[in-house]
Formats: sequence, C-alpha cells, structure tokens
Amino acid sequence: MKIIVCIKQVPATSNVEIDPATGVLKREGAESKMNPYDLYALETALRLKEKAGGSVTTVTMGPPQAEAVIKESFILGADEGYVFSDRKFAGSDVLATAYTLAQGIRILGDFDLIICGKQTTDGDTAQVGPEVAEFLGIPHVTWVRAIREVTEGGIVVEQDLGTSFVTAELKFPALITVEKEIYQPRLPSYRRKLQTAGKQGKFFSFSDFADDDEEKYGLRGSATQVERIFPPEINQDRILWDGDAALVANKIYALLKGKNFI
Amino acid sequence: MPYKKVSPADVEYFKRVTAADRVFVGDEINDDFTHDEMTEYGKYAPEVVIEVLNSEETSLIMRYAYENNIPVTPRGSGTGLCGGAVALYGGILLSLAKMNKILEIDEENLTVTAEPGVLLMELAKAVAEKELFYPPDPGEKTATIGGNVMTNAGGMRAVKYGVTRDYVRGLEVVLPDGELLQIGGKVDKNSSGYSLKDLFVGSEGTLGIVTKLILKLLPLPKKTISLLAPFPGISHCIKTVPVLFKAKLAPTAVEFMERDVIEASEKYLGKPFPDKSAHAYLLLTFDGNTTEEVVKEGDRAAEVLIKAGALDVFIADTEERLATIWTARGAFLEAIKSSTTQMDECDVVVPLSQVANFIQYVDGLRDRRQIRIESFGHAGDGNIHIYLCKDDLSDEQWRAGRDRVMQLLYDKAAELGGQVSGEHGIGHAKRAYLAASIGERSMMLNKGIKQIFDPKNLLNPGKICY
Repeated sequence: MKIIVCIKQVPATSNVEIDPATGVLKREGAESKMNPYDLYALETALRLKEKAGGSVTTVTMGPPQAEAVIKESFILGADEGYVFSDRKFAGSDVLATAYTLAQGIRILGDFDLIICGKQTTDGDTAQVGPEVAEFLGIPHVTWVRAIREVTEGGIVVEQDLGTSFVTAELKFPALITVEKEIYQPRLPSYRRKLQTAGKQGKFFSFSDFADDDEEKYGLRGSATQVERIFPPEINQDRILWDGDAALVANKIYALLKGKNFI
Repeated sequence: MPYKKVSPADVEYFKRVTAADRVFVGDEINDDFTHDEMTEYGKYAPEVVIEVLNSEETSLIMRYAYENNIPVTPRGSGTGLCGGAVALYGGILLSLAKMNKILEIDEENLTVTAEPGVLLMELAKAVAEKELFYPPDPGEKTATIGGNVMTNAGGMRAVKYGVTRDYVRGLEVVLPDGELLQIGGKVDKNSSGYSLKDLFVGSEGTLGIVTKLILKLLPLPKKTISLLAPFPGISHCIKTVPVLFKAKLAPTAVEFMERDVIEASEKYLGKPFPDKSAHAYLLLTFDGNTTEEVVKEGDRAAEVLIKAGALDVFIADTEERLATIWTARGAFLEAIKSSTTQMDECDVVVPLSQVANFIQYVDGLRDRRQIRIESFGHAGDGNIHIYLCKDDLSDEQWRAGRDRVMQLLYDKAAELGGQVSGEHGIGHAKRAYLAASIGERSMMLNKGIKQIFDPKNLLNPGKICY
C-alpha cells in the first residue's frame, strides 16, 4: 500500500505570542515542532505499512525550514518526504494550502491512501484534509477513530461523529483524517535518528507544478483574508466569599439569579 | 501520662478562638481525617478536627492543648504514606490545609514565602510564571508544601537538585507551648549555631507546627528533554545507572520502571504508553536553557545507554511526548493501588552503587514468595519504592507474607548500607524498622531532641521515636 501523510510544522508551545500591533503570530525565535495531530496520522500510516506492506511518504507545505518535520518523519519511520516550498505559496489560507498540497501530491504519482491529522494546533480549522481530497477528486472520511480492516483495494474505517460512530468503506485512492485515539504515536528512536541522519527531504516549487496559474496559490489563491488574529480572552475575574455556608449559598444564588443563569 | 479527653467546653473554646464552622466533632468529622493514603496502617479518629487560618489561631490552640494535656496532630492534604498525619491518640487534628496563601515571591533574593497548606503543584506553577523554579518534585503534586517540608520529601529531581531540605531557608513555627518562633530567613548561608531549621525539616510535626515557610528558588531551566531507554531485563537496566554518572552526565531524573507497572498505569489512566516492547526501562531527564544544549546532552546520554546495552533510546522532546511518559510515571502509585485489594510499601534508600544488588534481591524474592511485588523508583538517587500487593491472599496469608517480606527488604537494605526511608518518612508505621536500623544510641538521641521541644509529648505522639 502506498500511503501519503500530510504534516505541518507548528509553533512548539501553545502559548504563542501575538504581536499586538499587527495581529500576526510572532514566529521569529519561536521553536517549532510537528503538529501533534499529524503524529497520529503518521502512526496510522506506519501501522498500516507494518501490517500490509508498502511505503509511507510524508509531504508538507512551508518555508525551507519546514524540512525539519520531514526529517523527523524519517526518524519515526517514513520512507520518503517532500517539501512544497515557494515564495508564491506564502499567505495561503486553507483553500490555497489544500490546492498546493493536491498539486504536489499529483507529482508523486499513484497512491492508495492519504492520511491527515484531524486539524492543526495553530489553525484549528480541520479543513485542509477534506479540501485536498476534493481537489484530487477522491473520497474521504474525517474523524477516523479506528481502522477496522484493509480490504482488497480499500479500507474500512470507523468515524466518530460525536454522538455516534459510523463504519465506512472507502475504495482506494482515498483520504482520511484521524482522531487522537486511533493509535498512540511512537517516540522518535535514537537508533533511527542515527540511521536517517543524512536523509533529506525533496523540494518541489511552483515551477514543478502542472498548474501554473498563480491566481490559485498563496495570498492570491486564498478565498479568505485574515483580518485579525487575537488570543482568546482569558477572564480571571473572581468573587470570593467567605463565611457561613448558608449565607454564602444565598449570595451565590442571588448572583446567578441576577445574571439570569438560573 | 494519660491525655485529657476533649470535652464540650474545650470544643467551645476552639470555636471561640477560630470559628464555629471550622471545628468538627463526632459525625461531622470526615472519614478522610482518620487515615492517610495508606489505610493499610489502620484508621484513627481524632476527637476534634480544627481548620486554622493563621499562626495566631494555631498558637492559641497549641497553648490550650499544652495547658490541658491534649495531643495535637498537624495535617496537610493527608497524602502521606506512613500514617504520619493521623491522630493515633485522638485529641486534636489540626488541619493547616486552609493556610494556603503564597505570601511573596521575592525575585531579588530568589525565595518564595508561603503558608504550609499551599499545594506543591500550586507553588511550582506560581513560581514558574515568574520564570523561577522550585526543584523538589515528589510524585504527589496535591501534597501540601508544609507536608513536604515535614517529611523532607524527595522526588524525581533529587539526582541533580537535591531534596526539600536543600530548599528550606526559613520557618515560622508554633512550639508545643504555643510560642511562635522564627527560624532562619532569606539567607543563603547560615552557620549560626545548631541548625534548628534542619531539625524541623523531616520532623513530621513532632517538634512544632510550621505556619510559614521561606523556600529557595532557582532560575527556571527553559528546556527539558526526556529519554526512555528499553532494556531486556531489570538488572541490566539498573546496572547502567552508575555508568551514566561515570560518563559525567548530569540528568535531573533517573527513574526505573518495569512493564507490569507500566501496564497497570495504562489500565488506570486509560491511556497507552508509547512503548512496551521491553521488560524494563530507564527514564532520564535533562534540562538546560537552549534546545541545542539539551539535545546535545541527550545524544551523549543516548550513546552511553546504547553502549551499555539499551535496546534503543526513545526521545521525548515536546510537551505532548513528555506528558505521555510523565503522566504515566506520576500515576504508578495509584495504579498499583487500584490493581490490588490491599497494599503495603517500603521506601528504602541504598547507596547508588548498591541499587542493582538491591533490585536483584527483590527480583529473587518475587520468585520465592507467594506475594506480588512491584517496584519502581528513583534509580538515580538510590531510593526504591517497593509495593507488596495482597490480591487474592487471605488476611492471614497476607499479614504473614507481608511482614516476612518487609523484614527481608529492610534487612537487605541495612546490609547494603541503606536507610529505612528515603522520602516518605517514618510516621507510626515504620517506627520499629527505624529503631532496629539506627540502633539504641541514635534512638535515644532522637528521643532526647523530642523531649527538649515537646516535654509533654503532645505533638503528633506515636510517631518517629515516641
């Protein structure tokens, strides 16, 4: 089975600072890591390969330094890795990102299954996976919590819809996005780190892509514009009452009642 | 001298000097107050539970208890493991849990001043927000900092940073007669006479009641990396520890764990552990200020580990990866507890060079005794936690087997130059083992110290040496 895994480099900490003047994420000097959700996608791919044979290829879109996550995927067990990198891709929203990934994946030739993480920790949109599938014209299932079986020419998966589970069979080629409970991601192995030390990601840029319509990439290819990024408001106001339990209970009741909560 | 029973008039007095809703008697006393984490060591109901809010209240109650000959057992979160904070002789159980304010974080002197009821996790978080670091890291994060000082708690980072004692700078203490005493301060050095501060640290509430603490802090290391090294067997795993130190590596933590315990924690937490391919694991942590620094040290350690026979070395270099390993490690005790019907533990400490011998001995006992033995612990500082599990044994089989195995463990530890407790303390459960281990003369000196501070033996009676 030929499996492609989409991965992304994201800030290493969840406490990312946002420039109050520009509203842009402060990325300089900030450490980065592989999107934690993508580790589940990669783990799923590696388990499928261990079971059914084949190969695992990782792809990412980003600046040249995004190669770091491709190299990490080698340590975890990926066979090949590609970075789609070009200044023309800068400023992509989810639509332009998905289009770029789909174009890049087309260069790689035939495949059976694309696996994506459920979402990223820096964007949280969960849209890129399904959009890649749409651009490639292949079926997809999101929120996959378990692989039931690999069939002749397809895969049976269990999808978590929040209130119910759906069992779905997909014919290859197909795309799935996976949930955290699917498999516990392995840790990077030092032995493999040594073995893969010299292995590099392969780069593709705009000029390698079949579609050379610049209007479909980067900021120009983005259907949405980000007006402002801001951290969610953290409300730490609190009222502290001390004293007799019955009196305090009455005060709490009065407050909640006053705010129409009860 | 028999203690006076708490009378309604006494309770009235306690309510007057504190508050009616912070004094509990009879059925109002929650069962939790009759034991600590080890119900194995019995339940003892106090006659009255009083929650104090400050040193003045503590002092008034202590003075009254002194004048009326009522025993007083101070208590934090009750997460102890030796029956230290239980009212063995009834009387007053004085809860300091509500004295839980962090009073000052002094960024010039690098100290934190706190009340004893602050939880360890709250203290660590509060100072970390100011990029400061309180290094002692016992597994039980909901323990109070006062309890940590009273047991001289150790924890995972003792290898590099030492134990609670090393971070105590000053104490405010209420003595058994109610007098308030200030000991030490914000000073880093102190050669001013006998170190009373150090007598109080680890005294398990038998000498005085600590109402305020000044603790030393360090700048917070910015980066952390952990390595998980699988080994084919436990003895091979443990024998590697001295090799690490010989290679001049400076890990903050060196823990060992076995597959049984890992599986128990998976079951307990409902979360899979990232690797279960091997029988035994060493878990190491390195800290530093840059990623390059910790990665370099991690790589150097990985080389040493593999050369020493580790099957591989797994690297935890992100928040998520560190969490999967350390959450499991933090749950070991509770996981073992929930895997069996009853449990007893021992917390011996042996010289580093003897850890392998001791573990090998424990492993041998496993085969010969019909009692399930689990172990994990701080391979890097010689402090080994061994748990005996009752499972399906009858009460008789359990008691006999447990006592026999415990005796063997303590004897072996002594033979190897070890001590009865590395970090949990003595309480009432380990008194006999302490007496046998340190000998008559040392026991007499301990008793002499207790006599000077607490001539009426009112404070936490029945613990350590009395």
